[in-house]
Amino acid sequence: MIYKTKTYRIFTIFNYIFLTLAAILCILPLLHILAVSLSGSAAASANIVTLWPIDFTLEAYEKTIGNNNFLRAFGIAVLRVILGTAISMGVMLCAAYSLSKNDSEFKGRKLYIWFFVFTMLFNGGLVPTYILVTSLGLTDTIWALVLPTAVNTFNLILLLNFFRTSVPKSLEESAFIDGAGHIKIFLKIYLPISVPAIATVSLFTMVFHWNQWFDGLIYMTDEANYPLQTFLQSIVVRKDLTNVVDAETLRNLSQRTVEAAQIFITALPMLVVYPFIQKYFVKGIVLGSEKE
Amino acid sequence: MLLIPGVILSLIFQYGPMGGIIMAFQDYKPWLGFFESEWVGLEHFRTMFEFDYARQVIWNTLVISVLKLITGLVVPITVALLLNEVYKMAFKRTIQTIIYLPYFLSWVILGGILIDILSPEGGLVNMVLGVFGIDPIFFLGSNDWFRSTVVITDIWKETGFNTIVFLAAITAVNPNLYEAAVIDGANRWKQTLYITLPAMLPIIIVVGTLSLGNILNAGFDQIFNLYNPLVYESGDIIDTYVYRIGLVNGDFSYGAAVGLFKSAISLVLIVIGYRLAYRYAGWRIF
Repeated sequence: MIYKTKTYRIFTIFNYIFLTLAAILCILPLLHILAVSLSGSAAASANIVTLWPIDFTLEAYEKTIGNNNFLRAFGIAVLRVILGTAISMGVMLCAAYSLSKNDSEFKGRKLYIWFFVFTMLFNGGLVPTYILVTSLGLTDTIWALVLPTAVNTFNLILLLNFFRTSVPKSLEESAFIDGAGHIKIFLKIYLPISVPAIATVSLFTMVFHWNQWFDGLIYMTDEANYPLQTFLQSIVVRKDLTNVVDAETLRNLSQRTVEAAQIFITALPMLVVYPFIQKYFVKGIVLGSEKE
Repeated sequence: MLLIPGVILSLIFQYGPMGGIIMAFQDYKPWLGFFESEWVGLEHFRTMFEFDYARQVIWNTLVISVLKLITGLVVPITVALLLNEVYKMAFKRTIQTIIYLPYFLSWVILGGILIDILSPEGGLVNMVLGVFGIDPIFFLGSNDWFRSTVVITDIWKETGFNTIVFLAAITAVNPNLYEAAVIDGANRWKQTLYITLPAMLPIIIVVGTLSLGNILNAGFDQIFNLYNPLVYESGDIIDTYVYRIGLVNGDFSYGAAVGLFKSAISLVLIVIGYRLAYRYAGWRIF
């Protein structure tokens, strides 16, 4: 490197220290929660646990995993991620394929694009949306969680741009000449070529569904239908103790360790997959900021 | 056509609620429906502007948003510039991966963690402050602290992710410019000041103007999971207010009116933001 002045070297040292501190600050709270969740109840209630478990025990995890309410909420969340991602991707891929045609092939394309983009600019707001979903009778069904959010305009535009830039027009035209229809071209040419983009958007969608909690709160009147994040929210944030665990557990374990264990288990899937997703996110952001 | 499912879902779930907006001009009763409910014109909007508490809520939203907007630009740009000075790739990657982490966790999880570590009774943060002889602070229960806590925790969650955009902009800068500057005797600081920052300006303008449309958002998920009645005065924002009024108290029409007010202002701001981003940075959505 050319810049080896003394000031620059001092700056570099401070820079490394600063960035390391920033990174530590980002994981410290999580490590603390992990330590609390693995600590004995006496130590946890006395607030003496910092970053290392005291009186190490897995009891909080055993109780959480053995808790039927928790398991049910976990199952609903998994179902939601699978169903939600499948529906969302199916719908968006179909729409993106049609919208990726040229104006001459698909008259009214611009109009349809604006139809979707407008939903990004303006929405009816919380109350009318709530009234609509409840009056459609979706309350307490998984459909209330997966259908209203199925079309995401941002993701749709990502797919659309990918189709337009990455699928060779000549390949499509020769397939047409060979007598392939739209459906066949879509399935046999577009989808295989677009695997990276489809993987990216699917991951975005899965993260979204896993982390979403608010619709669970408003559309599920029966707490037995809460997906995991909503369930966690009711315990940890709203302190709704009726929902927690049986009284016996509460006697033996501190509420704090159980909460910490539940927080950690809920975060776990994200902790496992995010280093992979992160790479896609970086590409996605760069892709998304590219112009047509 | 393949477009049909998408159009139908959008029509129902995005455009459907737009029709429901008429309830903002009615005294909507669920058992009467849209056709039987009484029309009240602009009364709900009048109530909103005359009601001190509603004004306070709008003010809170603006203050929190503007603070987030400014810090949300300054902090990630600074971190991106600092990361750019790191030449050990392994170190750079590790730091990046770690600071992205909070972004992928929901505000429910982070809320749970924050409520625990910010607690005045033995939370981790107050434990550390105690070492320096500072009395415990009730970060989430004090109107003096709530907004700063919200802004700082938002930076904590979002910085890593927002850094991506700016880092991408930095790597796109033509290296010849730096070489020329070095020959002219510019040190690293001058290069940053006269080459890197001006080169990033378009993307900074884009990010800044596009956040205009979010100015009435202020972060529902975050506030909802951190606030409590003690801090309604400084922390209640339009979205949390609409939720409580509209869904918890069942005052559908008033809630819809406040929501419509927000959507309408946001629409205007988004359009202005897109226009500005296009004019000053040549940016378009598709």
